[in-house]
Order: sequence, then C-alpha cells, then structure tokens
Amino acid sequence: MHGAHFDYLPATQDILERVGAMETIATEGGYPLAAAALQFPLHEPVVASVLTDRALARLPLSNALHVELTAHQWWWQARYDDADPSRTFETANELHLPAGRPVLLTLHADDVIHSFWVPNLHGKKDLIPGRTATVAFRADATGTYRGQCAEFCGYQHANMALLVIAEPPERYELWAAAERTSAPQPTEPLAQRGQQVFLQSTCAMCHAIAGTPANGRRAPDLTHVASRRRIGAGTLPNDPVTLSAWISDPQRIKPGVNMPAHVLPGADLQALVAYLGTLK
Amino acid sequence: MNVDATAGALAPEPRSEASVAELLHARRFGAWADAPGWLGALCTIDHKRVGRRFIVTAFGFFIAGGAVAGLMRLQLARPDSTLIGPDLYNQLFTVHGTTMMFVFAVPIMQAMGVYFVPLMLGARNIAFPRMNAYAYWVYLFGGAMLYVALVLNIGPDAGWFSYTPLAGPEYGVGKRSDFWAQLITFTEVSGLLVSIEIITTVFKLRAPGMTLNRMPLFVWAMLVTSFMIIFAMPAVMMASTSLILDRLVGTHFYNPAEGGDALLWQHLFWFFGHPEVYFIFLPGLGFVSMIVGAFAKRPVYGYVAIVLSLIATGFLSFGLWVHHMFATNVPELGKSFFTAASMVIAIPTATQIFCWIATLWTGRLVLRTPLYFILGFFFILVLGGLTGIMLSAVPLDLQIHDTFFVVAHLHYVLIGGAVFPLFGAFYYWFPKVTGRMLDETLGQWNFWLFFIGFNVAFFPMHILGLQGMPRRVYTYAAESGWGTLNLISSIGAAIIVVSVLLFIVNVARSVRSGTPAGANPWGASTLEWATESPPPPGNFHPPLAVGGREPLWEQEGIVGRVDGLKNDPPEVLVTTLLDALPHHRFAFPTPTLWPLIAAIATTVMFVSSIFTPWAVIWGTIPIAIALIAWFWPSREETEKHKRMERAP
Repeated sequence: MHGAHFDYLPATQDILERVGAMETIATEGGYPLAAAALQFPLHEPVVASVLTDRALARLPLSNALHVELTAHQWWWQARYDDADPSRTFETANELHLPAGRPVLLTLHADDVIHSFWVPNLHGKKDLIPGRTATVAFRADATGTYRGQCAEFCGYQHANMALLVIAEPPERYELWAAAERTSAPQPTEPLAQRGQQVFLQSTCAMCHAIAGTPANGRRAPDLTHVASRRRIGAGTLPNDPVTLSAWISDPQRIKPGVNMPAHVLPGADLQALVAYLGTLK
Repeated sequence: MNVDATAGALAPEPRSEASVAELLHARRFGAWADAPGWLGALCTIDHKRVGRRFIVTAFGFFIAGGAVAGLMRLQLARPDSTLIGPDLYNQLFTVHGTTMMFVFAVPIMQAMGVYFVPLMLGARNIAFPRMNAYAYWVYLFGGAMLYVALVLNIGPDAGWFSYTPLAGPEYGVGKRSDFWAQLITFTEVSGLLVSIEIITTVFKLRAPGMTLNRMPLFVWAMLVTSFMIIFAMPAVMMASTSLILDRLVGTHFYNPAEGGDALLWQHLFWFFGHPEVYFIFLPGLGFVSMIVGAFAKRPVYGYVAIVLSLIATGFLSFGLWVHHMFATNVPELGKSFFTAASMVIAIPTATQIFCWIATLWTGRLVLRTPLYFILGFFFILVLGGLTGIMLSAVPLDLQIHDTFFVVAHLHYVLIGGAVFPLFGAFYYWFPKVTGRMLDETLGQWNFWLFFIGFNVAFFPMHILGLQGMPRRVYTYAAESGWGTLNLISSIGAAIIVVSVLLFIVNVARSVRSGTPAGANPWGASTLEWATESPPPPGNFHPPLAVGGREPLWEQEGIVGRVDGLKNDPPEVLVTTLLDALPHHRFAFPTPTLWPLIAAIATTVMFVSSIFTPWAVIWGTIPIAIALIAWFWPSREETEKHKRMERAP
C-alpha cells in the first residue's frame, strides 16, 4: 500500500478497500497517475495552441488591403491606404472590407490604450500610444460584424463600437470610389443653410468635410457621414431624430464624450441635420 | 439573564475576584500581558491581538468591497440601465478590484499568518512584534484613505491595474489615480513588513525540535508566500512610484511623447500582479491542507510533494506575467513560452489536489462546516483552473481576454481558491481565537447559500464572455441579448450577500453564546491546539519541545518543555534554521505606543504627498522623530539584555 501511512490510527478494512480502489483506477487507465496528470495540461493544449497560432500567422498578404486604424477616446479613425496618395481616403467608426481578400490593419492609438476586437473576424490586438501594431485577417463571408474596444479606456469604453461590413469585392470598390470623392455641394436651400451653420459654428473646429473649408482633425471625418449606419461610435442609429438629439446634447447620450453640447436655434439645427443628411 | 443561585452563593465578591484575576494574570504572564484599558489596546504588540484586528479589518474591507460589487451588479442587472453613470461605475469597479486584491485578500492572508504561524510553530510571539503593530496601523490608514476618497467622489477610476496613459497625468485627471498609487504604497509597506516578520518567525522562533520538515503545511504556504512578496513587491513599488512621479513632478516614465513607454507599466505591474494572485492562493492552499488533515483524521498524504509544489508554484508564478498581455505586440515565440509556463503551473496545483483527494478518500471524514467549504473549494477551483488553461492558449485568449469570461475565471480562481478555504479557516479556527464554537446549522446555511449564490452569480459570466460582453462596461444595449444572464448573475450576487450576512450573524451570536470549545475541539494535530482557547499572552507557558510532524497525534509528538525562560523581560528561545536546535535566549520588545505614532506620521506623509511633492521632504521629519523614539534604548533595558544574552 505505497504512500498510505496510518501511523496514528489503525486503518479499517473499509479504508484499505478505498485505497485499493484508488490504485486500481490509476493503473487501469494504462497511464501511471503522474504521467496522466502531465499529459493533459502540458501536451494537447500547447500543441493545439501553437498550431492554431501558426495557421493564423500564415495568412498570405500579397494582395492585402491596407488600412490604418487609429483609436481615439471614444471613436475609430480609419485611413484607407493606396500606392497612389490621391486615392487614399478617410472614414470613421465603420470599415467596409472586400470579402475574401486579406486585410492588413496598422493600429495606432492617439490617447490611451484601446483594443481592436471584432470577435467573428479575429482576436484582440491592443492599440498602444507610441507603438504600432498590425493585425491581418480575412473576412470569408459577407456580412456585418460588430467590433468593440476591448481595453478599458475611460468613461465611454462601453460605447466604442466599430462596424465592419464585408461585401463582395465589386460592391466594396463602388463604396471606396464614393468615399474618395469630396462631399457634394448642397443644392436644397435648407441644406445650404445647414452648411453655413456647420462652417460658422464650432463644428468645423473638430470635424472635417472634404470639399469644404472644414478641416478639423479631432473628431470623426464627416465627408460621407450620411452613408454610415450609426453615430457616436455605434451608440445610436443614424437618422435625423437621433442626429439632432446627439448634436444638441451628446453628454446626455454618451456622458463624458469629448463633443460639447450645441445650443442652436431650432431652425438652424433642422438645417444642419438636413445638410448632414446630404453627405452620402 | 439567568444566574445560577448556588454558583452565586459560592462565588467571592465580584470586585475582589476581578482584582485577584488581574493579579494572577500579571504574575502568570508577566511582561507578555498588555496593560489594561484602551492604552494597552493601542500599545499592544501581541501577535494575537494585532492579528485579530488585522483579520477583522480586512474582513471589514471585504464587506465594503462586496457592497461596491453589489452596486455594480445592480447597474448591470438590466440593459441600458441609467442607475449609475460611467463616472461612478468606473470608480466602483476600480475600488472593488483594488479592495479585493490589495486591501482584503493579501492582507487577510498575511493576517491569518500573523495570528497562526507563531502558534503553529510553538513560538511565544511573532518576530519584530512592534513592526507588526506598525504594519497593521499603516494598512488600516491606507485602506481607510481609499474609502474616504470614494465617498468624496474622488476614488480611483482607471481599473485595479491602472494602465498608463489612462492613469497618467494627461488622461487621469484630478487626484483619483494618485489615491490609487498611494494606496499601493501603503499596502506595499505593510505587506513587505509582515513578510519579513513571518520569514524571521519561521526561521528563528520555532519550538525546539520542530525541524523544517515538521512544519505544518500552512506555515510552509506562508513562508513561500512571504518570499514571493519580497521578490514581487519591488516591481510594483517601482511602477507606482514612477507613476506618482509622472503625475506629481512631471517625469515621463510612461509618456511615449517624451521617450517614455506606455507598455513599461504593464510589464512592471504584471511582474508583480501575477505572483500576487498566488500570494492569495497559496495561503488558501495552506488552509486546505490543515483542514483536510484535521477532518480526515489522518496526516495529509504527500507532505513532501505538497511542500515542493508550493515552492514550485512560487518560482513558476514569476514566469507567467505576459499572459496578461497577449493582445499587446509581444513576439509570437515569446507568447508561446508564456503559454507553456502558464500551463505548467497547473501541475503543482494539480499535485496538491491529488494529494488532498487521496487524504480524503482514505480518511474518516468528519463532515462539518470547515470541510464543506473545502469540498466547495475543490469544485470551484477545478473549474477555475480549467478555464485558466483555456486562457493560457494564445488564440483562445485573444478572443476571451478582457471579456466577462475572464471575470468569471478570476472569480472562480480567487473566490474558489482563496475565499472558500478562508471561510473554512474561519469556522476551523474561530474556537481557537474566541474560545467558542461557531453555530453548525447557520454554518451549513452559510456554506450552501454561498456555494449556490457563487455559481449562480459567476457561471453565467463565462457564457456572457463567450457571447462577447467586454468587461468594465457600465452598460450594454438591450439588443445585445445579454440581459437575462446578467439578471441571473445579479440574483446570484444577492444570494452571496445573504450568505455573508448569515456568517456575520453567526459570528456575532457565537462570540457571546457559542458552545465553549476547549483547547482542541476538532482533535487536530498541530501546536496551536496545544494551548488554551483563546491562547494566553505569550502563547505557551511553558513552551513545548516537539518530536514529530503531528505533535498532538503522535506518541512522541511533545517531547518536553522549555524551562528557564522568564516572563519579565519576556524571553524567547531562538532556535537554529534547519533543525530547530536551541541556540540562545533573546529578550523580546515590550509594548509601546511608538508604532502607532510612527504609522500616523507615515500616513501624513503619504497622503500629503498626493497633493505636493514637498511633503516627501517635510513629511520625513515626524517619521524620523517617531522612529528615533521607538528605537531609543533605555539604560535599564540595555542592562537587562547584557545580563541575559550570553553565549551558552
């Protein structure tokens, strides 16, 4: 009865039987108990982990789409790269990607640490100020994938989503071509007034709209804001009602957000929302 | 109140009884006994009084941290809840994590060590008892500071690991993160001092005959833990000091814009932070070893294997820190190394679990509350360990890192691995500390409600994490579909609250009217059960000499008594490191108020230096004065020491 000592109390028959049963179980399995204990935690999971990692690292990147993704408190800035500098363009909080083609994201952080995480496409990668990271993946199926900041980054960590829309390559090219154009000049009088409101209020200090003097870099690029599905980094659906609520008092919807409240006369607000609605 | 008439008639005058008792007490225990009254209470350096205080304080912080968690569960119970805004919620989860890791778990384990290590070793007090009192006061003031800050709405809000730059000067505005960093300083000071005391007690104050390989397993666990604290704490000390410097005097350790490095913080913090998990866990394993032995009525199977496992865990735990950082850009090969190390550490823990199963299987089990908590520990810890292995695989970790899956995992490991054994330990040693048993029926309710509540609260979090719910979010949208599981989790949290309240009721009732316990109510084998319950000042009169690993079970377990030690001045026998052979007599320090005064001076400096760096300069003056007074030798005492401390 190796290892079982009963120096202090005599062992009963019952206990001896239990010791016997334990030894039988250990030997019946074909492994000595200690070897079995090593095999499970060490061998299989390590091998599985390394193989999976290797498979992920072998994604071919020769024709990859390159996007520079910069995280801010609490939104995502995306710059679509191109060999021809005039073909680069910028958008925010919504990535359109061609399905079936690899994507290489270069990750930066502007302020604090954030983490890029689109669960159905790839695991997390942190965006760390002062450091550059890359993440490569491929969306095999078309669809809309919700991503989310996964490293606590302050007040609105909970509302820092990133939509990834994987589409057939030809639809992606159409979208990209539209994104490369400047914002259309408003034709409706209401929208024209809205543009005046935008350019004469504080909006233009932080936001940019290509084709207008507005060139702020501290907040999402609004050149094609009307084509996006949601506003406030995934916080609200993008429609005129939520947009005007957001512009008037973003702190009520997303407390702590860096956008100040704008007390605009009703007519101005209506015009502004109408103008933003034309930025397809 | 019922008074027995005959007893009343036979008893002498109450007044004279009290004074006689006091006289006898003083004669019997000499300088070991504290002065009566509040001054004696403030001056005390008795490891039992300080330890008891330490335990009660840490438990108080457990309640506070739990209340904070309750508020968080209230907020998360429903989607899109507006009960608590992000500002308060961020403070709540930061204070919850900080409390549980720094102000509850590590201190309460050390406090259990402060109380029980000397008793288990047959020592008369802990080594450096004045330092011990100082460590307690510093800890108390530091913990209190955290809650004062929270109540004033300036509690830290960057998470319990305070990643820079979020906690740095640019983004961590106000004084919030300074309170966090300074709390770390308080707990560092207290933790390091207690570790030094425990190591010295273990190495030099063991009863004669208690060789290293006869030490109880809890003592081994505390010894390994104390060494780990001494090696790990300097990393976080450097980290938090540089953070304070960045915030207070404008250095740029963590500022990438000026050549600093935001990631440096994570390496320094987790080099400490991962071993910290094991500071909490190893003493828990020590409790398990003690309780399993006592309630299986046999020596724990595989003593040497368990000791080696504890030591192996101590070493391995320093090689895992990067598994908290798999999502940063660490090289792939480096990650694989940390994956392997994280998996290897399962082996020593599994070894111990097998040893306890073997002990329980071949023992005659006494199914009382302490053992129930240990059986609960097995179930929960094994689940937490298995999810730990899942997390150590990089590809899987990158998906479930920083989600509620991790929240579930860490609660399974820490509550299962440390809090369940701790409650078992409360039920097991309560009779030793108070002289009375805790109520068994309430104990059963306490256990089952805790066990069920825990699993209801935390098991759903695994699923929430796999469904993609990130941790540290103050709210979530209804369309995410996480509402039901979060509600279940909050109900579980409420059950835990009821369970802990029952425990408090049980303690409050049993302290006054529990069944008297006697010296050794469980028939256990270790030395703390050889003295009265509660143990008298000076613990053992006279100290015992030990002849085996289970002194109270073996024929030759107690081989003699130590004669010739005086109680005034309080003398102890210092023994040799390996074999515990008598080496020399040593006169112990006596109670004094200076540790408290020094702790107050230290607190003034630490708290003031949140607001001005100059406090570091002028704040040292009162500390220096207090320390000089503390160590000032009196002529009389020096004479005593000279007379006594002669080489044999």
